[in-house]
Amino acid sequence: MRDVTLGQYYPSDSILHRLDARVKFLGTLIYIVALFLVKGTLGYVFMTAVLLTLMVLTRVPFRIILGGLKPLTVILVVTVLFNLLLTPGDEIFRFGFISITVQGVQVAVRMAIRLMYLVLGSSLMTLTTTPNQLTDGMEKLFAPLSRIHVPVHEIAMMMSIALRFIPILMEETDKIRQAQIARGADFESGSFLRRLKAMIPLLVPLFVSAFRRANDLAMAMESRCYHGGDGRTQMKPLRYAARDYTAYAVLLVLLGISIFFRICGASLPGGKLI
Amino acid sequence: MSIIKARQLGFQYLKYSDEEKEPEKIRAINSLDLDVEPGEFIAVLGHNGSGKSTLAKHINALLLPTSGTIWIDGRNTAEEKELWKIRQKAGMVFQNPDNQIIGTVVEEDAGFGPENLGVPTEDIWKRVDDALTKVGMQAFREKSPNRLSGGQKQRVAIAGVVAMRPQCIVLDEPTAMLDPDGRREVLKVVRELNEKENVTVILITHYMEEVVWADRVYVMDKGDLVMTGTPREIFAQVDRLKGYRLDVPEVTELAYKLNRAGYPVAPDLLTEEELRGAILALAEPGAENAMETVGEAAKAAGEETEEDAASASGKTGEAAGTGVGDSRGEIPLLETRRLCHDYGAGTVYASRALDDISVRIGHGEFIALIGHTGSGKSTFIQHLNGLLKPTAGEVLWEGCDITDKTFDIRNLRTRVGLVFQYPEHQLFETTILADVCFGPKNQGLDKAAAEAKARKALALTGIPESMYEESPFDISGGQKRRVAIAGVLAMNPQVLILDEPTAGLDPAGRDDILDCLKALQTEQGITILLVTHSMEDAARYADRLLVISDGRLLYDDTPRQVFRHYKALESIGLAAPRMTYLMHELKAAGLPVSAEAMTVDEAYHEILRVLERKSSHA
Repeated sequence: MRDVTLGQYYPSDSILHRLDARVKFLGTLIYIVALFLVKGTLGYVFMTAVLLTLMVLTRVPFRIILGGLKPLTVILVVTVLFNLLLTPGDEIFRFGFISITVQGVQVAVRMAIRLMYLVLGSSLMTLTTTPNQLTDGMEKLFAPLSRIHVPVHEIAMMMSIALRFIPILMEETDKIRQAQIARGADFESGSFLRRLKAMIPLLVPLFVSAFRRANDLAMAMESRCYHGGDGRTQMKPLRYAARDYTAYAVLLVLLGISIFFRICGASLPGGKLI
Repeated sequence: MSIIKARQLGFQYLKYSDEEKEPEKIRAINSLDLDVEPGEFIAVLGHNGSGKSTLAKHINALLLPTSGTIWIDGRNTAEEKELWKIRQKAGMVFQNPDNQIIGTVVEEDAGFGPENLGVPTEDIWKRVDDALTKVGMQAFREKSPNRLSGGQKQRVAIAGVVAMRPQCIVLDEPTAMLDPDGRREVLKVVRELNEKENVTVILITHYMEEVVWADRVYVMDKGDLVMTGTPREIFAQVDRLKGYRLDVPEVTELAYKLNRAGYPVAPDLLTEEELRGAILALAEPGAENAMETVGEAAKAAGEETEEDAASASGKTGEAAGTGVGDSRGEIPLLETRRLCHDYGAGTVYASRALDDISVRIGHGEFIALIGHTGSGKSTFIQHLNGLLKPTAGEVLWEGCDITDKTFDIRNLRTRVGLVFQYPEHQLFETTILADVCFGPKNQGLDKAAAEAKARKALALTGIPESMYEESPFDISGGQKRRVAIAGVLAMNPQVLILDEPTAGLDPAGRDDILDCLKALQTEQGITILLVTHSMEDAARYADRLLVISDGRLLYDDTPRQVFRHYKALESIGLAAPRMTYLMHELKAAGLPVSAEAMTVDEAYHEILRVLERKSSHA
């Protein structure tokens, strides 16, 4: 229970781990944009090459990266089936009222690739960045928004506190659950409504405890002179290193190539395949 | 100049209840004068609700006085512009280790205060380094706080305050939620900060032993400062302290009793050495008895070695299987046979939490279960009502295997009541009575029958009928605890298992709970299994003591027998009660006492017996 963290950070010392969180965050956005820009078989070959290179660079075992696809299975199957069966076009196969078209196969394959690459690509960010670095990075990235009164610092602080307390509250849920089971509570059987009602002895103490913790924490923060982001310095300020600028350059090239594939992808060899 | 100075400090707040429109005025602090000099170590004692936490929050300007004034290093806390300066100068450490750590990594938490103060980055690193070194947590700086022990978490919290370079640290019951090891760690750090760094310390606590080193002790009761003085002066007034629902260290209590019995022992002794010296001085005149003394001591020592050897051989086999209450042949109420439990069984992370534990628990026993944090105690008790399933071995209820498909596990849960740590955290109903009814209703009883059971359980735990309709969230900590215990008791269990039921309570609250359990055993015939860290409680209340270490059952015997192996207990990080040590020391010094005594009363009678015999000889 104590090991549950959001985004499953995988500790390692790869070049991607060392990159500034802001680079990785913007990089992921650019990667997603590129993924939806490219056209033509060669375009997808190119994106596959990019993804594989990144996966190797993270030094995270492939088994773990690919594990991120598991929760996606249902959505993937549904999307593929819908596109396969419902796209009109040149029929290649017919069975009763089911008709499969060339266009249907193309769209289905394209969607499957996009979905899988999207999840794999963004999981590379969470695998190589601690939740903390990510919060810090986003705070800094969105700092200009505070001029238009978006509470950027406060949101970042809330995120990092949430990250700290999620494992604690999960453990607490478990404890209260056990305690109520010991008092004869039954969380497993009965109708949906009954089970919902059975949650009250679990949820009330959990809320009470969450509020108590929130109160305690607020007091502890105040007693340590917390008064918002004004005049606050940082122990670990984010500073770009040379490698971060190189990474930005690589990202721009990536974006350029994907635009090229957008324009010319269809007319390149094998362009009409997918 | 005093670092903390208060004049006629008063604080009152309004308590709103739904029915009455007029809110109730509650005075938490009446009118308090205070002067603390820089570098002092002050201990504040007081029962739950005496106003000591309220006082602590005034020192940190978390609360502002409603009357009178308090100055921290000459700054009035009521002046808003001084606020951050005051909070920097007087840091505060709270009770719950989880709820005061903000950072997700240890070093970042230590840096939180300096960040807020606007300290430049390089300086923050220096301060964090320095603070973590002072509390001995350098090795853990990159760890997540969730992976630390309670004592370590509190040290991180202290580091977070130290990094702000305060002149004064206020600690509000920092050890209440810790095990004995954690308590020791934290106290050591606090004393070092006081002695080496000359930081003023205000330590609020319920543990009398922690107060012995203080320069001065303040005792609070109902919002008033009722006693001030050195620990010696304070503890000499045993009866008065007990009147304030407090306690004295056992050593002082014994000295006080001997003094009362007419022996020239100063009633304000604080350490074992002092008391030992005083008692030996009493026995000194009987020099002609020396021969006899040596002889007897040698004889007693001989007996002891024999017993040690006997039990040591037994230990290697069936964990000293001399269970007291178990009558072989008869089917015990609850039994475990070669019980093993692995966490994460079948994975590479599998770790053995329980290893080959066989215990027979009979009707009407009072059993104490002792072991280190992480020794497997909690895992063990969760097997006894089927919350966990054994990896190997069996758990039997009246001879039936509880993992058997035909076994009614929900019925077992009503027979074996399990009270977890801080059971008041599971209260959820709108009234006390309704909450206690939860268990009986789950048993399928109708409203009237459930209420009858609830009323009986509440009466047994000493909750007055006038409170039944109150909200369980509005009552004191000790009362909440008893309501929660009643919630389990209402299910009519034959065995009641309690995981550290006294944690976090004040001395009188602890005694109330334990006395209540003893009454349940003797008057209702309920078997009690008490998980505790306190050897003194085990000695005073239990007829039988189980010691678990590293998932193995080391001892299963009467407390007296188990404490004979105090050396072996020490080697696994446990100890015998203080009085046992004192008696052993007296014996080693040549006084012909038996070292069997475990409690203050027993030690008192044994010493009296020896001294009286001496005087009659003379």
